[in-house]
Amino acid sequence: MACAVEFERVARHFGEVRAVDGVDLAIPEGAFFAMLGPSGSGKTTCLRLISGFDQPTAGHIRIFGEAVEGVPPNRRSVNTVFQDYALFPHLDVRDNVAYGPMVRGVPKAERHRAAEEMLALVKLSGYGDRKPGQLSGGQRQRVALARALVNRPRVLLLDEPLGALDLKLREAMQDELKALQTRLGITFVFVTHDQGEALSMADTVAVFTEGRIAQVGTPSEIYERPRTRFVADFVGSSNVLPPEVAARFGAGPAWASLRPEALRLTAPGGAIEGRVTATRYLGAGTRVGIDIGGVELTALTPAGSPVPAPGERVGLAWAPEALHLMEPGQ
Amino acid sequence: MTVAAAPPSAPLDRLSDLFWRRPRILLALLLAPPLLWLGIVYLGALFALLAQSFFSIDEFSGVIDRSFTLKTYAELLRPANLDIIVRTVLMAAAVSLASIAIAFPIAYFAARHARGRWKAAFYLCVMLPLWSSYLVKIYAWKMILAKEGIVSWAAAGLHLGWLLDGILGLPVIGGPSLSISYIGTFLVFVYVWLPFMILPMQAALERVPATLLEASADLGAGAGQTFRHVILPLAIPGIVAGSIFTFSLTLGDYIVPQIIGNSANFIGMAVYQQQGTAGNIPLAAAFAVVPIVIMMAYLWFAKRMGAFDAL
Repeated sequence: MACAVEFERVARHFGEVRAVDGVDLAIPEGAFFAMLGPSGSGKTTCLRLISGFDQPTAGHIRIFGEAVEGVPPNRRSVNTVFQDYALFPHLDVRDNVAYGPMVRGVPKAERHRAAEEMLALVKLSGYGDRKPGQLSGGQRQRVALARALVNRPRVLLLDEPLGALDLKLREAMQDELKALQTRLGITFVFVTHDQGEALSMADTVAVFTEGRIAQVGTPSEIYERPRTRFVADFVGSSNVLPPEVAARFGAGPAWASLRPEALRLTAPGGAIEGRVTATRYLGAGTRVGIDIGGVELTALTPAGSPVPAPGERVGLAWAPEALHLMEPGQ
Repeated sequence: MTVAAAPPSAPLDRLSDLFWRRPRILLALLLAPPLLWLGIVYLGALFALLAQSFFSIDEFSGVIDRSFTLKTYAELLRPANLDIIVRTVLMAAAVSLASIAIAFPIAYFAARHARGRWKAAFYLCVMLPLWSSYLVKIYAWKMILAKEGIVSWAAAGLHLGWLLDGILGLPVIGGPSLSISYIGTFLVFVYVWLPFMILPMQAALERVPATLLEASADLGAGAGQTFRHVILPLAIPGIVAGSIFTFSLTLGDYIVPQIIGNSANFIGMAVYQQQGTAGNIPLAAAFAVVPIVIMMAYLWFAKRMGAFDAL
């Protein structure tokens, strides 16, 4: 498959700070690609390198095979949905959406028709006359989306697209974005620090840390087979077992990860037992902290199963294939 | 009782409690002095002035007739007086336009690029001229622009005397020297009012988020298009605010055209002469109403053009 965006040993240094430090990346055409990482991990800088707001210190970036060094943002076939939406406050919604066609010289009637079409696509028909200031956060998000999509970009960049929305709206928008991407077939690249969002929407996830990519893979690969301790820990608070503990679980000796939902609580006895330190009710289940002698593990018991009280002794059971060995180092 | 703290003891405590219970009392106390000032001293004086303009003067005795008439306004429309008004408005418009053109790059640099020490240097440079006396600056300009002044000297030294002579030879705006021409008056007006244009413009540009400029570029706009469609519309409230200053200050000034220029009359000078030398207070008042009307018309027009939509 053709590559929409390629990074070849790309670095971006700000003085001493290595925001992006030697990233290799290939985003296939039509992918829904997530750049996941904590703040300061370089994911947003990578997005800005694609959009052209920032230039790499070293390395090469290609968009659909074309080197983009020295190509300004306005000449790239990518569009961005900004984190704060960046809607033009002095233009109404219709003219905001029609901005791209307007600067390309599309006649007024035609660009307004295109804008209305896009507004219908994001379910905002009839909002064309309003000013951005009169819209809710979710509506502004949709306008920003329509304003980018009306240009028929080959790659759509989304910078923390759902960060400013409340939980309910965020979940609804996740579904909608996913449906929109499937329908339009455009390559979506989005930046997020929310692992749930990355796992549920993307078909490929790149986990960033300290300016580098720790792992690239499908959501299930990232979640079930984290390559490093950082990935295991960042993507869904896994139990990270040091080599000597992993050995007690019958694996290794190497760093290993074990998902909380893969641990089952049994009666005391068996290979490993521990003392319950705390429980936290989550609705769909209960998170149980267990001290197994110096190491604290977390188990997720499904709703309906008995919940032990703190201080109680429990045994632990797990499927051997759930125990995943990781590479040494962070 | 553990809920209530110590009962208020000092009168100040009780006063503070009262303000907390009735915030409107505090608001009223804070607003009363400025409102009294604005209402009585400022607006009162303005209305007294307006009222004067509807009186007339007896041309022979010089006595003011305190009955309502529009005679004074009719007098304002006499060719000699109309000339003064047109001249002043044209000068104010030219000064405002030139100030906008000169101030914009300075304000843009200060708002978008200057940080830390550069910003402090910017404020210092813009404000510094305001710290010295207005009269001293104008007399300094008279020396600079005079026939034997530094401008002529520099032009001669650079073999550009022909250019200066050519400019001075222009009809209407030229004259025997820069200090005795409309060009001189214009230059000095632009100099003295420029800070009043830079500061509001800079404040307006500073409020434009950088992501809007990025969004514009992202959507395919070149630098010129971003300027026309995003920066300029969002800077217009600042430009209007600045031009209100430059426009109204030029409309009312009577010192600059008196010292620098070809002694043609401006509104400010006319007001000064009518009420000081001629004792024709109604006509002076009518002249003074002109800038007020012009500014109101200007603001109405600016609002209609959508200048304040981005606020």
